[in-house]
Amino acid sequence: MNGADLALVAVTALLSVPTIAALVLMRVPDYRLGAKLNVGATFLCLLSAAALFQVRPEANLYLRVDDFNTYLIALNNFISFTTSLFSAGYIAHELESGRLSPLYLRFYHAMYQALLFAMNLALLANNIGLLWVAIELATLITVLMVGLYRTRAALEAAWKYFILGSLGIALALFGTTLVYVAAQPVIGQGLPAMAWDRLIARADAFDPALLNLAFVFFLLGYGTKAGLVPLHAWLPDAHAEGPTPISAVLSGLLLNVALYAVLRFKMLMSANSLALAPGPLMIGLGLLSLLFAGLMFYRRGDMKRLFAYSSIEHMGIMTFAFGMGGPLANFAGLLHMAMHSLTKSAIFFTVGHIAQVKGTQRISTIRGLTITHPALGWGLVAGVIAIAGMPPFGVFMSEFLVVSSTFVRQPWLALPLVLGLLLAFGTLLWRLHGVAFGQPDNAPFVPVRANTLATTVHLLLVLVAGFWLPVPLVDWLRHIAMLLN
Amino acid sequence: MHGLAFDIAHFLAGGMVVASFLLLYQSRLYALIRIFTLHSLLLALAVGWQAHIQSVPHLYITAGIALVFKAIIIPVALLRIVRQLGIHRALETVGGVGRDMLAGTGLVALAILVVLPVTATADALAREDLAFALAVVLLGLLLMVTRHNAVSLVIGFMSLENGLVLAATGARGMPLVVEISVAFSVLIALIVIGVFLFRIRERFDSVDMQAMDSFREERRR
Repeated sequence: MNGADLALVAVTALLSVPTIAALVLMRVPDYRLGAKLNVGATFLCLLSAAALFQVRPEANLYLRVDDFNTYLIALNNFISFTTSLFSAGYIAHELESGRLSPLYLRFYHAMYQALLFAMNLALLANNIGLLWVAIELATLITVLMVGLYRTRAALEAAWKYFILGSLGIALALFGTTLVYVAAQPVIGQGLPAMAWDRLIARADAFDPALLNLAFVFFLLGYGTKAGLVPLHAWLPDAHAEGPTPISAVLSGLLLNVALYAVLRFKMLMSANSLALAPGPLMIGLGLLSLLFAGLMFYRRGDMKRLFAYSSIEHMGIMTFAFGMGGPLANFAGLLHMAMHSLTKSAIFFTVGHIAQVKGTQRISTIRGLTITHPALGWGLVAGVIAIAGMPPFGVFMSEFLVVSSTFVRQPWLALPLVLGLLLAFGTLLWRLHGVAFGQPDNAPFVPVRANTLATTVHLLLVLVAGFWLPVPLVDWLRHIAMLLN
Repeated sequence: MHGLAFDIAHFLAGGMVVASFLLLYQSRLYALIRIFTLHSLLLALAVGWQAHIQSVPHLYITAGIALVFKAIIIPVALLRIVRQLGIHRALETVGGVGRDMLAGTGLVALAILVVLPVTATADALAREDLAFALAVVLLGLLLMVTRHNAVSLVIGFMSLENGLVLAATGARGMPLVVEISVAFSVLIALIVIGVFLFRIRERFDSVDMQAMDSFREERRR
């Protein structure tokens, strides 16, 4: 098989494997078999994603593979794979404790694959209409997943997410229409005027005022999906009430996909010399998210909700970094995307097990985990240290790069940035101190059957990235950072 | 482009803006749903007319979806929900019709002021349609903000979405419009099913969305 064929097979597999798996999993009554098939399908996708580093197909009017999305597709499918490993153990416990019935698990597995399909489609899309449809599909699926437990709180969370998510999607569609209206006189009617590579090639000739208006709609629309303050209200509820594997996927992957969409349109704006510079808007929203989330840590009672706010904080940091622009800040933002996804999903894996062991997610009732459940407790400690941005973990490195590039370019912007980072750092560690090291209560000891493999692999990767990044990866990221400029 | 074809397109799109205004001050759910039917009917006509004057047959599909799905199926389903939940007599507290109308007028002016200058290069029909569509979108947002009832919220969202479809059909030769309107219909169907199946009233004792704020952690203690 030659390169072109392999590339075509890989892209086809990324889209068709999850589709077929979703259809099959809907009909598999045994949940153990379902979980295995789920893992197998995500593993196939991971292999296909890896193949894209070697070969890539020609871009057509619908799909396209370039350096930027290859990076995110690999990240996406890797975390989907590890999450499916975690999910296999997690759902077995949910079934035993009676929170989910076998029928719901079938639905859950099918939706998991459908979500993977939607995210892969969004990342592969070369067509802004297709991108929109994919993100809409991902929104719908996650709404269904968030409401899976059908408790009062879960339904409320799902409904809130539904309304806010649909609003975001609606605004993004208006932006899409505006870009088409801007492109149509230059490129001509029809599909080419929605193909992203054609758009960026001719963006200089577009009407800048229309592009400006479109970007505002995109930033608000996809920004809602990325959880940027003040459009974040759905995010903490959705993360806290859904099944934990979905919290991990939402936080680690779907937010990245939404940010990716914003960045694609930022590139379009930058390609037009007369259009508004998108940087300041993104810097503003990013800083706002960072500071707001830092303040919100303070009185969170629910552990998953606490980490949901931490996701808002980190999306803020990334948006800030990409808003700054320039090779170094973009590089830092890209690195931070991967570091945050790996760390946050690892934390959610641990928190999921903790919630199952303790039967609650309330921070005040969970005490002294390092004594009662050392594996979980220390896993959580490592995760929190990493996400708070302490050395030697990779998150520290990417945050350090963001801060230092800000100092070089806009020193006075570094002040609120550092303030926000310190605030988040302090409150996060303070909140988690009691959970990890407090006096354990007399609650009956529940043994863990946690599968810590996924957590360990994620945290090890983040740890290694804190010391050393492989040269090809650095070159790869540097190249994307140049593209983003 | 000028002449009768333009005038009719203009009339239908303007009609949608007027219908959006009508939605703003309805205090009874039945009336709200009926006005929404009118809104969707106007959309179907506007899209059908665009299909005719642009001679793009696939827009007829979008018009058909608007007609069958949004002007017939959804209103009927909503009326049934309202009847079954027993909220058909409920008067909604519409906080100050005058205030809402004034805000609405301001939003329409904003839409026109924003869109017309930036689309100077686009053709006349597209820019007028875009201005009207943005006005409908903003009025839909206003409706969603001012109402607390789940059914009104859904209607606000659907009128907003009608504006989006109007914008997409007004953009000459925009591809994927049919696919997008299908995707949106799925979304709306799910929202309506959500209202119905999740039995928001049963779970939350009312369809008043303010009840949901109880869930926010800040107020739990």
